[in-house]
Amino acid sequence: MTQHDPGCEKCEELLQGYLDRDLAPDEVVVAEGHLDRCDYCRRRYRFEERLRRYIRLSATERMPAGLLQKLTELRDGRPAL
Amino acid sequence: MSEAEAADARRIAAEARGRVRFEEEALDLADQVYRVARRLVGSREEAEELVQETYIRAFRSWSSFTPGTNLRAWLFRILTNLNVDRGRKIQRTPDMQPLEEGDYFLANKIAAAEGEQVLDQERVVEKLSQDNVVSALSEVPHDFRDVVVLVDIGDFSYADAAQILDVPIGTVMSRLHRGRRILKQKLAEESLA
Repeated sequence: MTQHDPGCEKCEELLQGYLDRDLAPDEVVVAEGHLDRCDYCRRRYRFEERLRRYIRLSATERMPAGLLQKLTELRDGRPAL
Repeated sequence: MSEAEAADARRIAAEARGRVRFEEEALDLADQVYRVARRLVGSREEAEELVQETYIRAFRSWSSFTPGTNLRAWLFRILTNLNVDRGRKIQRTPDMQPLEEGDYFLANKIAAAEGEQVLDQERVVEKLSQDNVVSALSEVPHDFRDVVVLVDIGDFSYADAAQILDVPIGTVMSRLHRGRRILKQKLAEESLA
């Protein structure tokens, strides 16, 4: 799929920093100015945001039953002061 | 009891309280520690072992923790060091890093498969299964995966991840950016093959 604007390349570069809230104020202005007029990049930013949430959800596996008990026993088995 | 003995008794009691507080706070973090550990290693068993080794070392060296600083980051510093000690360094050589695509790669792939006009955020869930994510993440080379897991799953800041992995913050940022791109490339391979 082709990009629609020469600013798209710059906008793609700023994507991660933007979502991490790690851009300098002038870079935020560049990204948001482009997003305001570019549906292509706007869709991709939303997609990335959703992807990050989905990765976090999918990769999260709760602690197995019994592990906390083992860790508590490790504490209780430690040498006294 | 002399004044000196009383002062000594108070010091010992304060130290014991500090230790108990440390241990309770560390145990309260166990689930969070496990969730991140699980994605740093290949299996549930390995993750359980790694977490147990981490807590053994943490309980032993509790006095080197400075109260009021970030205990979760401190535990992960131990955990990632132990993980490297387990010999996983040999699994990767630096010149085998894959070339990654751009940040829009996965979105573009999905859009191309569906027609650009219908790309929307919900396509993420429609096209990718949770198994795809777990499997793609496990294929990201360790140096990149460590950072992605700490920041995107463990919710650590760049600065905390730098401290945990003992690398400069610039290295964290470049590995994070490359790691996320590699992950998207693997997800595209997994889900659109």
